[in-house]
Amino acid sequence: MKKEELLAKLKTIVKPYIQDEEAYTKLSEETDFINDLKINSANLVDVILDVEDEFDIRIENDDMEKMVSVKAAMAIVNEKLAAK
Amino acid sequence: MRVVITGLGVVAPNGVGLEAFAKAIKNGESGITFHQHLADLNFSCRIGGIPQISEEKKLEYLTPLQLRGFNSSGILYGCIAGMDAWNDAGFDIDTDSDLDFDSGTIFGTGTSGVEKFREAIYKLDKGQVKRLGSTVVVQTMASGISAFLGGILGLGNQVTTNSSACTTGTEAILMGYERIKNGQAKRMLVGSCSDDGPYIWGGFDAMRVMTYKHNEFSEKGSRPMSASASGFVPGSGAGALVLESLESALARNATIYAEVLGGNINSGGQRNGGTMTAPNAEAVQRCIKDAIKNACITNEDIDVINGHLTATSKDGLEIENWTKALNRKGDDFPYINSLKSMVGHCLAAAGSIESVATVLQLKEQFVFPNINCDDIHPDISKLISEDKIVKQLLKIDLNIAVKASFGFGDVNGCVIFKRYN
Repeated sequence: MKKEELLAKLKTIVKPYIQDEEAYTKLSEETDFINDLKINSANLVDVILDVEDEFDIRIENDDMEKMVSVKAAMAIVNEKLAAK
Repeated sequence: MRVVITGLGVVAPNGVGLEAFAKAIKNGESGITFHQHLADLNFSCRIGGIPQISEEKKLEYLTPLQLRGFNSSGILYGCIAGMDAWNDAGFDIDTDSDLDFDSGTIFGTGTSGVEKFREAIYKLDKGQVKRLGSTVVVQTMASGISAFLGGILGLGNQVTTNSSACTTGTEAILMGYERIKNGQAKRMLVGSCSDDGPYIWGGFDAMRVMTYKHNEFSEKGSRPMSASASGFVPGSGAGALVLESLESALARNATIYAEVLGGNINSGGQRNGGTMTAPNAEAVQRCIKDAIKNACITNEDIDVINGHLTATSKDGLEIENWTKALNRKGDDFPYINSLKSMVGHCLAAAGSIESVATVLQLKEQFVFPNINCDDIHPDISKLISEDKIVKQLLKIDLNIAVKASFGFGDVNGCVIFKRYN
């Protein structure tokens, strides 16, 4: 999937959980879910469920632990999509 | 230390919000309706009381994030009632407010988020535990409601949930009262909530303690003290009261609804006629007598009783217990009413919703009417004068009102409120 398209999809997915509007408007590959977007750590599992639904993939515990930033999420999604 | 009530909130089947609720109880408006869903599930009792809350209304209280995957009606009702009471007491609700170590909450429930729990169980049984999401725990833990309110209001004192079946709401008031009286808190938001729907009501339907004779006439179904009472009608909702030390209330120049004079909580221990589901009469009478003693009043001081009176075969026994505990009967008996005639039995929420109604009576000086009891049960009319069972809105000077609740497990609660002036 093209980088821009994936970034746009992730941006839509995290929207309900973010608590820092300014960081959200500036969302880029470098954005961290907790430190920048101030997503409640408990909500990270909800973000992952929404990612699973959107891309029809399954993310296992090991990958889940790594998914703390936009860049990591993009890498994992791409890897899963490629393996499909 | 005197304890007063400075805020009220209510989510009842016949009125959401204090104003709508006050109007409904004065007019004797029923909130009981027919539910096709119950019929489809083969319930014997197909009527019940469910508060009407629009999607817009939900967003006035909870954020879109809080409402994501949210499926706990009791927590919703409790948050609305609790936040309304807090506002009513003159406090702003602001997520960035300072932590207040002088304010806490004791907000009870029976079961939390039963619909959410059902959702989770279906997923779990399909092996999808990873896909439950992050909010199953907070919606289904018993203390979900106090946890929600504690965070929304920024409470730094005790934040907990009590549970004692149908006595829950009344017990919460007394627990909060004691905490303030002991000097451990200045303000306690107290109350209780209950989910609605088949998964919370089913067990009662199975016990055949809910009426199945009024499915075609829902508003006539809840008939406390009536000869044609044939079981309770299930209800749901929440009631909330802000209790505060008189000193704190006066310092803030807060509106004072009434004073909590005291009360009592006890249990019949499932002895001497008491069982898991039936009350030990001696313990009920003792609870009332000890409440009067605790409040430092006399039997004769009581102007009005808000009974437990569910519309089962036990109403006669309850009236008998009141006459014995107070040593008052016939024309000498206080006025008495049961809110359940209008809202049904709101289970864990009953004690708090009914206490809100009782406190409104003292503040505005009226006795709300009982509906559906034109045919008073003969066991009751031989004990107390029918004039004492109010059927039309009564405007009268009231000084002291008593609220009692009795619950499964043979537990009792009785609280005494006094007009503040």
